[in-house]
Formats: sequence, C-alpha cells, structure tokens
Amino acid sequence: MIDTLRLTAEAAIELLERGEMSAPELHAAYLDAIAERDGELHCYLRTSEEPSGEGIPIALKDVISTKGIETTAGSRILEGYTPVFDATVAARVKGAGLSLLGKTNTDEFAMGSSTENSAWGPSRNPWDPTRVPGGSGGGTAAAVSAGLAPWGLGSDTGGSIKQPSALCGNAGLRPTYGTVSRYGVVAFASSLDQIGPVAKTVRDVALLYSIVAGRDPLDSTTADLPEVVVLPEGDSLAGVRLAVPRQVGELDAIEPGVRASFEAALGQARELGAEVGECELPLSYRYGMPCYYLVAPAEASSNLARYDGVRYGLRTTAESYDEMVERTRDDGFGPEPKRRIMLGTYALSSGYYDAYYGQAQRVRTLLIREHREALEGFDAIVTPTSPTVAFPIGDKAADPLAMYACDLLTIPSCLAGLPGLSIPCGLSDGLPVGLQLIGPQFGENGLFRIGHALEQAIGFDTVPERLRVASNPTGLTPSGDAR
Amino acid sequence: MAISRDEVLHVARLARLALTDDEVERLTEELGAILDAVGVVAELDLADVPPTSHPLDLVNVWDEDDPRTSLPLDDVFANAPDREGDLFRVPPVGE
Repeated sequence: MIDTLRLTAEAAIELLERGEMSAPELHAAYLDAIAERDGELHCYLRTSEEPSGEGIPIALKDVISTKGIETTAGSRILEGYTPVFDATVAARVKGAGLSLLGKTNTDEFAMGSSTENSAWGPSRNPWDPTRVPGGSGGGTAAAVSAGLAPWGLGSDTGGSIKQPSALCGNAGLRPTYGTVSRYGVVAFASSLDQIGPVAKTVRDVALLYSIVAGRDPLDSTTADLPEVVVLPEGDSLAGVRLAVPRQVGELDAIEPGVRASFEAALGQARELGAEVGECELPLSYRYGMPCYYLVAPAEASSNLARYDGVRYGLRTTAESYDEMVERTRDDGFGPEPKRRIMLGTYALSSGYYDAYYGQAQRVRTLLIREHREALEGFDAIVTPTSPTVAFPIGDKAADPLAMYACDLLTIPSCLAGLPGLSIPCGLSDGLPVGLQLIGPQFGENGLFRIGHALEQAIGFDTVPERLRVASNPTGLTPSGDAR
Repeated sequence: MAISRDEVLHVARLARLALTDDEVERLTEELGAILDAVGVVAELDLADVPPTSHPLDLVNVWDEDDPRTSLPLDDVFANAPDREGDLFRVPPVGE
C-alpha cells in the first residue's frame, strides 16, 4: 500500500521507472485515497476508474475538454456535455503518457475565488474543511494538497491557479499569456485566460509546464517558447534581485499573519544571497481590480453568448426561439456568471463602452507599462499571493465585492500578461500562506529557479497537519511493500 | 445608484437572459455597488494612452492552407438538444 499524501510527481515517476509499482497500481492507490478523503473534500466531479496511460496520473480542472468524458466547467448549462475532442493540453498530457485521474471542481466558468460558485457544491480545504480551498481551481489545489493527485492543471484568469495554490499550500504557476494553448478549454476571458500546473513542488510545476507549453497551431494566440524549460536545481540566490512593491506595505487588506510569513520568507531570500529592493506599483493596486472587473466580464459576456441551447448543453423548452434562448440561459447559468454577463454587457453597451470598457483597456496599458518599469533592474517582483489565508465557507458568498477583493494581489500581473508562481511560505493560524513571484514575459525559468531555492530554504511541509498521522517521508509504508 | 431597474432590464435583453423579478431586484443592487467600485477608472485622464486588447506583441503567423477533415457529423451533433437530419432543430424564430 502506498501513501499518496507526500508523493510528488517526480517521486511517483521514479516509483514507476524503478518498477516498484505499476501504473495501474499507482492509479488504484490514488482512487483509494479519493475514496477515503474526497467524500469530505469534494475535489472531484468525476474520476476515471482505469488508467489511460503508462505514466503517473493527473487531475484536470473541469474547464478542460476531455474527449468522451463529461466536462461541465462547474455549470448546470453544460450538465451532460461530453466533448468529442480533447483540449490541446489534455492531448499533450496524454501524449506524455499521463493518465487522467479525474475532473476537478471549479467555480462556475472559473468565476470565483472559493469554488462556492460551482453548481455542484463547494470543495473544502484539506487544512481545515470548514474553509474554502480558494478558487476557481480549488478542486485541483485541494486534491494535490490532500494526496488525491500528484499534480494537476488549472486555468487562471485573475488568480484561479495562484490563489488556491496559496490557500492549500501548493506550488502553482500562471504562465506567461500565450505560452500554453487554450484550444478546447472553456473560455472565460480570452485575453486573460491561461492554463497552468499545480503541484507539491516547484520542480513538478516546471516539469508539467514543459509538457504542456509551446505553440499550438489550433490557438493563434500561442507563441513559441524562447528557451527550453529547465528543471530548477541549486539553493543559492546569489545575484538574484527581488523587488517588493512599496504599496504592499501599505495595503490594509493584507492580514498580519500573512505579512509576517511573507516577511520571514524575504529574510530567508536574503540569507540565500538575494538582494531585496523596492519597486512601485501604485496604479496596479488602485486600478487593477476595477480594470479587471470591466475587461474580464466584458470578454465573458461575449464568450458565454455561445450557450444558447441550440448546439449543445442545456435547453429549456419554449414556444419560440427567443424565449428558448433566454430561458435556457436563465435556467442554466448560476448567479455569478449572470452577474458578470450583465456587468460585461453593460460595459460594452452603447453609451457606456468608452467610459467603462474603453477606459479599462487604457488602464491596462498603464499597468503593463508600470510592471515593465517595476521589473527594471530586478529578476522578479515578490508579494504575498493572497491577502488572507483560507476563509470560512459562506464568509464572502453573499458579497461579490468582498470575493473579488481576494484577487487584489494576483490580478495586476495577469492584466499585464506576466507569469506568476505561487509557493507556500509558511503558516498563519495553522493555514498556508502563499508567496507570489512575478517575472518578465517568458521568464518562467527564472521564477522556477528562485522558487525552488526558496522552497528548499523554507522547508514547508505540504501535507496538511490534520492528515499527517499516517504519513511518512518516503511515500512508502515502513515495510516497503508496494502492494 | 449607478444603474436603474430599467437599465438592468435593457441589459438583460441584450444579454438574452430571462431574469426573474427577484433577480432583477438583486442585480440592480449588486451591479450598482460593483459599478461604483469599478467606476474609479474614470478618475484617470487617458486620452493619450492607447488601449490594450492583448498582452503579447504577436505578429501574424501564416500557416499553410492545408485542407483537413472536419468533425464527422455524428460528432458535431453528439451533444445536440434536438437534431433533425443534419440540422439543429429549434423552436420557431420570429413573432
């Protein structure tokens, strides 16, 4: 019997390569763990009983189309929808031999910061099941954290990979816009959506990124990577220059416990040889969230126009075509997609376009410039990932603006198209705190190197304290009996 | 309030959403609060700033014009709510 709680993807790959386990045995071990713990955590919307490849398993967020396997994006309007083709990222992980373990829970259409907007009910945080795992990719993050998957793919529009990774104590990468294909991924806001990995270690994140990244002829917004992905090694940060935005010191929204953990990590970075300086992002923290909540809903209102009950998905019976479309959409979409469709439609409507959407697009230009200037002379900008640790389920569910504020620190770099890596940097009241590293476009290798060195120094135990009892560092039981 | 009930009804029509009365009431309140919050972008004088619609400076990439097979029709209709032959069937269009 294997203990999947501590098993990294790299360690799992070694188990298979050394012949200590077979792929079906490993798959079964994860299904056992899911059977044991997912009743409480609700990470998975569905699982695959049999391995589909010779390699280790992977969890995919339910916005990623999987041929022959229901894909709902957490929405009732896509209940029963079974894609007839694979998303490019699904095809690439299959091509690398990875085996689909299951589809993970998400806020409806990846809109949210807690998974509470999923039509299928919220996921729970493995560190404290009364709290949210973050969102929208809370299902993947909670699954990795609880040993229900060695790694997984999420999607990130304004923080949906980084924020849940932070709240669940994982490493998660939102890659540079355009490095990973969006073909076959349920669209939310196309100029912002990115696919990226979530795992227990930065090396695993880098390895999975190397599998999925690169130009795809089926997604014309993808670009060739300027350099190959390098798995990070080494524990020195000598010569590395990190910048903390001065405004981060002034943001009341950042909890004291998060701040303490973040500052301790900066101290460790200095001990490893990094220079820690200061940069300025004043516009990003004042206008980032307002800009995002105009641009993203505007694009969402356009993308979600396709759900009209004609070609796939839910259809509500009605006497006329118009009535059918309007009632289908009202029945199929939950409150958050409706809010954003309405907000986006308003921002794009005649008379308001210039004041809202047009203005937000210009603000976006300023944020891109501001980030470019902030990164001058530095290898990465560093901030906390989330202003708070995981919050109780229900806490922000009735207040959209409070929920939107969860992404205060992750949103600006998303608008700028920059890569961001979140790594766990400690605990506050027993809950994980995330540290966000933001690099220049295509600067993933630098983020991996810095993140890996910091990760070694911090020595964060990724296994939730309440699950540690039966766990041990080797991943195998003391007898070494691999089933 | 930044948005009126009539405006919410107008936007719902544009968005093809048959909102219930309760939804209209709730959205009037919520959208008002959200628009107040996002409206701060109006503070900035951005007349000289170009808009950004895409964060990467991409140039056109030309692909060969290779004909490829399309999805088989049975795949295309696999998720159709109502199929009639090779057509999606919908209720009558128009008044």
